[in-house]
Amino acid sequence: MTRSGFVIANLFRKRTRTILTLLSVIMAFLLFGLLQSVNTIFSAGADFVGATRLMVQARVSFTSPLPLSMVPKLEAIPGVARVAYQQWFGGVWQQNTPLIMFCLDPQRYRDVYPEWVMSDAQWQAFASTRTGMIVGKQLAEQFGWKIGQKIPIASNIWPQKNGSKAWTFDLVGIFDGKDEDWKKRTNLAFIQQDYFEEANQFGLKGRTNFFILKLTDASQARAVSRTIDSMFENSPDETKTQTEKDFNISFVKQIGDIGLIVRWILFAVFFTLLLVVGNTMAQSVRERIPELAVLKTLGFSDGSVLGFVLAEAFALCLCGGLVGLLLASLAGAMVEKGTGGQFQLQLDGSVWLLGVAAIVLMSAAVGLLPGLRARRLRIVDALAGR
Amino acid sequence: MSESMVQVRSVTKVYERGKQKIEVLHGLTLDIPRGDFVALMGPSGSGKTTLLNLIGGLDKPTSGEIVVGGSRIDQLSSGQLAHWRAHNVGFVFQFYNLMPVLSAEGNVELPLLLTRLSAAQRRKNVAVALQVVGLADRAKHKPRELSGGQEQRVAIARALVSDPQLLVCDEPTGDLDRKTADEILGLLQVLNREHGKTIVIVTHDPKAAEFARRTLHLEKGQLLEQAA
Repeated sequence: MTRSGFVIANLFRKRTRTILTLLSVIMAFLLFGLLQSVNTIFSAGADFVGATRLMVQARVSFTSPLPLSMVPKLEAIPGVARVAYQQWFGGVWQQNTPLIMFCLDPQRYRDVYPEWVMSDAQWQAFASTRTGMIVGKQLAEQFGWKIGQKIPIASNIWPQKNGSKAWTFDLVGIFDGKDEDWKKRTNLAFIQQDYFEEANQFGLKGRTNFFILKLTDASQARAVSRTIDSMFENSPDETKTQTEKDFNISFVKQIGDIGLIVRWILFAVFFTLLLVVGNTMAQSVRERIPELAVLKTLGFSDGSVLGFVLAEAFALCLCGGLVGLLLASLAGAMVEKGTGGQFQLQLDGSVWLLGVAAIVLMSAAVGLLPGLRARRLRIVDALAGR
Repeated sequence: MSESMVQVRSVTKVYERGKQKIEVLHGLTLDIPRGDFVALMGPSGSGKTTLLNLIGGLDKPTSGEIVVGGSRIDQLSSGQLAHWRAHNVGFVFQFYNLMPVLSAEGNVELPLLLTRLSAAQRRKNVAVALQVVGLADRAKHKPRELSGGQEQRVAIARALVSDPQLLVCDEPTGDLDRKTADEILGLLQVLNREHGKTIVIVTHDPKAAEFARRTLHLEKGQLLEQAA
């Protein structure tokens, strides 16, 4: 027998109680892992994109389209090198796999996003094929798409002129990212704006959800942004111009401050957990006051007895915490697979690090009070049941 | 048996219960030679257990000196006392006080976790201690799977395993039937006579006291007489 063996034996003295407590710790850390990953995804999106591009959308909402006639005006602004635009298509693969799919002008888009790597021949094919579509490498690999295939895709917004929401596109190119960060984002699909305008039933023509401006100098971003918004002030198409980073953040914030929501949920979860595990530990120590007194009688110091109680709390939180985080990893992988890589819910190093810190803090919080009580025990009083 | 194992000099013990002060021992003086087997008897509240606790280093006197095995234990700090107890005294309680989550051998091994012995050496010592108390075949059993007498034997093995020279036993047969009690007392007698352990037991049972070499009577915190 070892000291750690003794700690584990004590932990399982009331098996049912320990297992139930362990399950609550596992659930809490499962939630922690998943929610922190969600948080990381959103912050990563905001941090990833630099300020070398600006996004222009309608001031009211990006769902309200802006006229393409703004393109030459935008390109005439000093500091703007090139303008691209994107229209949300709302693509759905097969029954219910949503795709991140936009209609755009191939050449303009290529100019603004040199981070996408694809051969000239494929860019040319995209520009010259009316029904052409290009997709990211991740997406192509996931669905086994090959260049030359006709890909049937439904739109959950736009029907064709014949009323059908089923569209068919010719896959003419597969693009990759220029580095690891961009490679992770190759889950996109693009089609031609011209074809979309001709074929959609609603006659949405000459309009787009937002413009993307490539700047000649990142330091001019603020000035260019102000110029654009004042240029269209009091017009039917007032604009809101932001950096890509701000755009991503504000996009996510439409459903609330994710970080704050996550923090509050985790606070509630861990506060409840603190009560549950704290109560278990306190009860466990209360039940064996005479045993703790015997340990001291045998020669274990006050510090050793405190150590035993803290070790039990740590073992409980560590087992539950690690299992919870592992389950979160598995769940994250399943979510990622289920959404076709569009929701990359993976526990990265920072989440694991935070998780381990939470385990240590939680152990100290639930173990310290009962541990100090055990430390303070007077042997003769405890043995006499006082 | 001439050298003193326990020397108690003018010991007073006062307990404070709220605002009330209760003096349990009043300037008590006592010598227990090495290798003695002493029974402490007396009515409830006479201070027997208090004296035993002081001799075993579980508590400190309010005044006076206590020397056990050459150490002034009344001057030791709480941490030093714990260390001293681990190496010098074995304890046996009325209700055995075994760890219910550990097997018999686990219970006996517990005090050895405070030593630097290897796991193999610890196992060997545990086996010897269980053999001495006649429970080698019950090593893997949990306390709830043992009879009262067997539990008390495990407790004695636990008290013996680190080879202390002094055993203090608080009503070791108080929870046992006559036959089992006699077996346990016989075992203590063997430990005293054959292994040279100095033993101090507190008991209410005159028959139990008969197993001791001598009996000391306490009343109202003072030693009354020494009976041979």
